[in-house]
Amino acid sequence: MNRIDKKFRELKREGKKAFIAYITAGDPSLSVTKRIVLSLEESGADIVELGIPFSDPIADGPTIQAASHRALAGGVTLKKIFSMMGALRKTTRIPVAFMTYYNPVLKYGVEKFVKSCKHNGVDGVIIPDLPHEEAKDLIRCARREGVATIFLAAPTSTRKRIKDIVKSSTGFIYYVSLTGVTGARSKLPPEIASNVRAIKSMARKPVAVGFGISSPGQARDMARIADGVIVGSAIVKIVAANQKNSKMLILKISQFTKTLARGIHNA
Amino acid sequence: MRSPDRHGYFGNFGGKFVPETLMAALSELEIAYKKACAKKAFKEELDSYLKDYAGRPTPLYFAERLTERAGGARIYLKREDLLHTGAHKINNTLGQVLLALKMGKSRVIAETGAGQHGVATATVAALFGLECEIFMGEEDIKRQAVNVFKMKLLKAKVTPVSSGSRTLKDAMNEAIRNWVTNVRTTYYCIGSVAGPHPYPVMVRDFQSVIGREARVQSLRIFKSIPDHIVACVGGGSNAMGIFYAFLNDKVKFAGVEAAGLGLGTGKHAATLCKGSVGVLHGSKSYILQDDDGQIEIAHSISAGLDYPGVGPEHSCFKESGRAQYVAVTDKQALEGFKMLTELEGIIPALESSHAVYYASKLAKKLSKDKKIIVCLSGRGDKDIDIVRGVL
Repeated sequence: MNRIDKKFRELKREGKKAFIAYITAGDPSLSVTKRIVLSLEESGADIVELGIPFSDPIADGPTIQAASHRALAGGVTLKKIFSMMGALRKTTRIPVAFMTYYNPVLKYGVEKFVKSCKHNGVDGVIIPDLPHEEAKDLIRCARREGVATIFLAAPTSTRKRIKDIVKSSTGFIYYVSLTGVTGARSKLPPEIASNVRAIKSMARKPVAVGFGISSPGQARDMARIADGVIVGSAIVKIVAANQKNSKMLILKISQFTKTLARGIHNA
Repeated sequence: MRSPDRHGYFGNFGGKFVPETLMAALSELEIAYKKACAKKAFKEELDSYLKDYAGRPTPLYFAERLTERAGGARIYLKREDLLHTGAHKINNTLGQVLLALKMGKSRVIAETGAGQHGVATATVAALFGLECEIFMGEEDIKRQAVNVFKMKLLKAKVTPVSSGSRTLKDAMNEAIRNWVTNVRTTYYCIGSVAGPHPYPVMVRDFQSVIGREARVQSLRIFKSIPDHIVACVGGGSNAMGIFYAFLNDKVKFAGVEAAGLGLGTGKHAATLCKGSVGVLHGSKSYILQDDDGQIEIAHSISAGLDYPGVGPEHSCFKESGRAQYVAVTDKQALEGFKMLTELEGIIPALESSHAVYYASKLAKKLSKDKKIIVCLSGRGDKDIDIVRGVL
């Protein structure tokens, strides 16, 4: 069984919601990324969403754009990230999903990409500029290898689209909380709850909410609505602020993760 | 294949590669566009603005002294430079903004490189009293200061984009991000035959007035269709606009890309000549990318060609061989600029100068009874400072 499915099943048994933590691979370096993943696991994150940097991240706000830029400037490539993942898998069992854009995947080769995911212990993929209509190759290869394809549903998605998104998704469904790009927001739209309920009524798959969620309070509120909560930019900001001091970086991320995890798991 | 299939593919190219948030908006746009196309009133309204506001039809002008200098085929210029706002871009912005009004959108956004599409969008937004925001790379704001000032005079907000190469590609990223955020109230007016379906087909249709006129004019002026059509290609809207009406004729199409400092230098914008297939800004097409699928930074002296992607229908034409794509360097484009200015008294945009240069070389190789039409997509006022700096 895929590690993501297994994790959601475990949490359900305990009556808990999943905390999904996003970081950009290679920011500030791949060796620190490895340590961040281990620290996230230790501090209570349930799933790691690992960003594969792309030069033109149209779904990302300034925080993650800057992280991608830093990672690329440091010479990170998809190949290097795969080999880091392979090494990391020897020491951690936390489910990992890649979040990237379609062009690097296309260039690497869709089939080869999915096989490399399988081989190096990547459990799922999230590609925000790849709607399910354009994802037939990816879905076919991913089903064969048992890699989850996590599609996004948006506040603007029609009922018909949500039905197809639910059908195309494995692992979980990523509900985008707002019309916009990634990045911390002080307020989230009130219709999240009803939209998530609507999706859940159509899906016997977990639904996680992401985009804009940055504070422990918001994370807790979202955990009451959905099966999982994704926090990205708020964590990446800590990485950005502690580029030179990896000890401090790990310490601060661990503290923040613990607070978020507590809120989400006790919601 | 004449039109894209129902998924927006021209052969292997096109499609919709955008965040889910925009998928419903693209469907809404597709339906609104189809509805507008079916209505005679929409076409008549657009035609009347094209005629009385933009200044259509534009002349097909025989460039006698340029022809003499080249020493071969007769060169005719399709004078899009004479249009209101100084380039072909207004053909498309009039069409799209009229459509935005029909869709009940109160705000229009656009990306711009050279500023021509930005000015054309801001102009039409002013005409219809719509709120307008233009995204423009910081690098382009520097080199196209006059157009920036014009947009501000027209009451558009010009938002500088400081990410990546700070040029057209990054302006388009930021425009997409803004559209994702304001999708319910905002109409995104893309300036080229690029982007997700239905933009490539819609922009092509709005620009195809160039070729329709040129075809009628050719038959009237030289009693036949031309042997060659030459147009510059950045995203490719003026080229597609003039090619399209001649698609089933025996005319050779040449799309002229920007070779920048040279095709071997890595500093160029020759996407079709040197690029490979990928996905950028919503469609599958040729792009400039490295081995890891990261988008490469384009270079051209002309901001309007300085783009690492190209419209998907051009990729389809390249693959089918319907059009030939060539490249002209910054230096050669400047030569074309000087030639047209000195011999014809027409100061062309640096973008169009690429086509002028290539046409003069092509003419030389052809016999005197052959005819070439060059799409003179824009005038050069906006480029005077750049040219002053290098000549």
